[in-house]
Amino acid sequence: MMRARAKRLWGVGIAAVLLIGAAALAVTALRQHADLFYTPGLIAERGLPDEGKRVRIGGWVQIGSIEYGDAADMTFIIEDGSGETVNVSYTGITPDLFREGEGVVATGVFDAQGAFEAENILAKHDENYQPRELKNVDQATS
Amino acid sequence: MIEAGHFAAIIALVLSGFQAWRGLAGDRSNSGLFSIIAFFLMAFSFATIVYAFARSDFSVQLVANNSHTLKPFIYKIAGTWGNHEGSMAMWCLVGLGFAAAGAWLLRTGRPKFEARALGVQGLLNFGSLLYLLLASSPFTRLDPAPLQGTGLNPLLQDPALAIHPPMLYLGYVGYSFVFALAAAGLIEGRVDSAWAKTVRNWALAAFVPLSLGIALGSYWAYYELGWGGWWFWDPVENASLMPWLIGAALMHSITVTEKRGSFSAWTALLAVLAFCFSMLGAFLVRSGVLTSVHAFAVDSFRGSMLLGGLLVFGGAALVLFLIRATKLSSGPSWTATSREGALMGNNLVLTVATATVMLGTLFPLIAEALGETISVGEPYFNLTFTPIMALALIALPVVQAWSWGRADLSSLWKWAAGFAGIVALFWLAGIGPLDIPLLAGVGLAIGVWLIIGAGLEIWRRAKTFSRLGSMSPRIWGMTIAHAGLGLFVIGAVLQTSGRTQTTIALQQGEAANVAGWQMTLDDVSSIEGPNWYAERATLTARRGGSVQTLEPSKRYYPAARMPTTETAIHKTGTADLYVALGDGRRNAAGETRWTFEVFLNPLIDFVYLGVILIGLGAGLCMWPRKKRKTEAA
Repeated sequence: MMRARAKRLWGVGIAAVLLIGAAALAVTALRQHADLFYTPGLIAERGLPDEGKRVRIGGWVQIGSIEYGDAADMTFIIEDGSGETVNVSYTGITPDLFREGEGVVATGVFDAQGAFEAENILAKHDENYQPRELKNVDQATS
Repeated sequence: MIEAGHFAAIIALVLSGFQAWRGLAGDRSNSGLFSIIAFFLMAFSFATIVYAFARSDFSVQLVANNSHTLKPFIYKIAGTWGNHEGSMAMWCLVGLGFAAAGAWLLRTGRPKFEARALGVQGLLNFGSLLYLLLASSPFTRLDPAPLQGTGLNPLLQDPALAIHPPMLYLGYVGYSFVFALAAAGLIEGRVDSAWAKTVRNWALAAFVPLSLGIALGSYWAYYELGWGGWWFWDPVENASLMPWLIGAALMHSITVTEKRGSFSAWTALLAVLAFCFSMLGAFLVRSGVLTSVHAFAVDSFRGSMLLGGLLVFGGAALVLFLIRATKLSSGPSWTATSREGALMGNNLVLTVATATVMLGTLFPLIAEALGETISVGEPYFNLTFTPIMALALIALPVVQAWSWGRADLSSLWKWAAGFAGIVALFWLAGIGPLDIPLLAGVGLAIGVWLIIGAGLEIWRRAKTFSRLGSMSPRIWGMTIAHAGLGLFVIGAVLQTSGRTQTTIALQQGEAANVAGWQMTLDDVSSIEGPNWYAERATLTARRGGSVQTLEPSKRYYPAARMPTTETAIHKTGTADLYVALGDGRRNAAGETRWTFEVFLNPLIDFVYLGVILIGLGAGLCMWPRKKRKTEAA
């Protein structure tokens, strides 16, 4: 009888270790990999995030700002109602609804000069849908 | 016509109420009768919506908002559930369908229990119908009727997406009946082997279509969105993964309850939780509280109603569980190193994995409440979900050979040596020709290990070739599902570690070398379809003696004012050469170049094939158990 109980305790012990391990993993992963969201206005207010830290930035693509390079590279400017802007460079094809004057959320890193290198771009998905982060971001008035 | 459908849905609501009332009072025959009539009324109601779509009756608001006369007929029909209101009508139809099927098929010899299950299902259906009629009515008329509709979101005009929602809903809502059976068992205080035998097939009946639905959705995202990936850890995807994981845990724990009478409280809890996660999924998808890459029109009133439903039904079931759980009988004693222990481990891993997915999915909401906007992406899930599951997958082939009660551990070292051998093999190969990172090598080894393990397990049970053929379909089902899991792991690992992505920009006539292929842009032309026009690029891809023509295009749907990407995929046998067309770009020198995203996706079909095998394997497990042979008598 004691043996069975001891074995069951082992089982509970293993379960507890697994649970604690999973919780520790989750907390560490969240600390390292939860991407903060910025707008041009927020960058001006709080300063640049750490160099190389993955963040998301959202706003509106400034009209007339998209410039294409010789290959698949491109640059454009994100603005919001604060009057601040962020220069973004990106290599790749853009989402179907990525257009000048439309909302955009980009994931990537800032360099030391404050230019944003986007790894991935999210635009709206259909005519009625706007990325949720942009709901409270003012559109530039220009 | 649609008014008749509206009226039928209201009667179905009333009848579901009666079904709940009679059922909870223990009146099996009347509750069953009400549920069957309610189902037929709802089927009629749903048919009127389909009919309105088929006829492009734009005086119905839903049709005007989601259809167009030029749309292909099949997508007019599929458009019925390609939108919020129509899909909720389908949700109700499936829920009432399960109630009617239950009334028809449940023959447990315990009419009180059956009546209560039907009663609870009646309550759930009453809730969904109330939500349909109050918060998302598909029956609203427009006056005056517009001459033309605005079209279905073009992304959804796709064969995979036409059958994806029905499959997904069979799964989500299928768990509502499992929930009802669990609640009935808890009310009666009887969650035992006989109960598990009844519930088992209903749980599988939900798991199979849910698996296929997820696979279809993932395949659609792969070829239609043009991002080259098959899973983005997006909230909408996670919403379907969570009930699936809990459903998988339930499928395993219910076996223990059926065979040994153990785990009864735990099994009942999982049966309740599976549907709670389905409701949580509906809430996450429809309320728009989280940013998703998948388009869904959202509405906060609907969101709060769905959350209310989740809290009321989930809360009531959990309270019921807390009252009854301690009184449920437990089976014979077992040790940690037994089949019971192994399946408990399986359940622990699957629920912990579900919890990490839930934390990652909901964390942005928590952070937002604290005033910070954040998002949680793939790196989080790779760091948490993946290692937890990997642990379980390594153990799977070993522990599934353990016997009930108490296992013989003397061959444990052989298993350890076998696994170490496979890892070493992949690792050595990784240094040489395959050039794969160490972790990917371990991942591939786990996939192969699972497939070998499935083979060993069925051989252990059969022992001779002649008996392999007469093996019970349930054992085959389990083996196929576990082998499918192995295939999935191989595909997923290769996708993460071995795929290449290159963006190229080509002028007409120009060529580039990508992933071992020489790609030449021959031409870009304009083409026209029934309700779209498109720019289509013609590329010639050459590798060795193989010459392939790839024609990715970008469609524009004027009705929806929306472009879509149509990828071109060439299957080489070991990989997908996948090309998406970007836009034409004029640079400062005035040259126009077309951009392409080119992926080489090794063995991606294993991912889908694996999940389909898991679904089919689970389906085989529904095979009726052979009556005990009466040879001895």
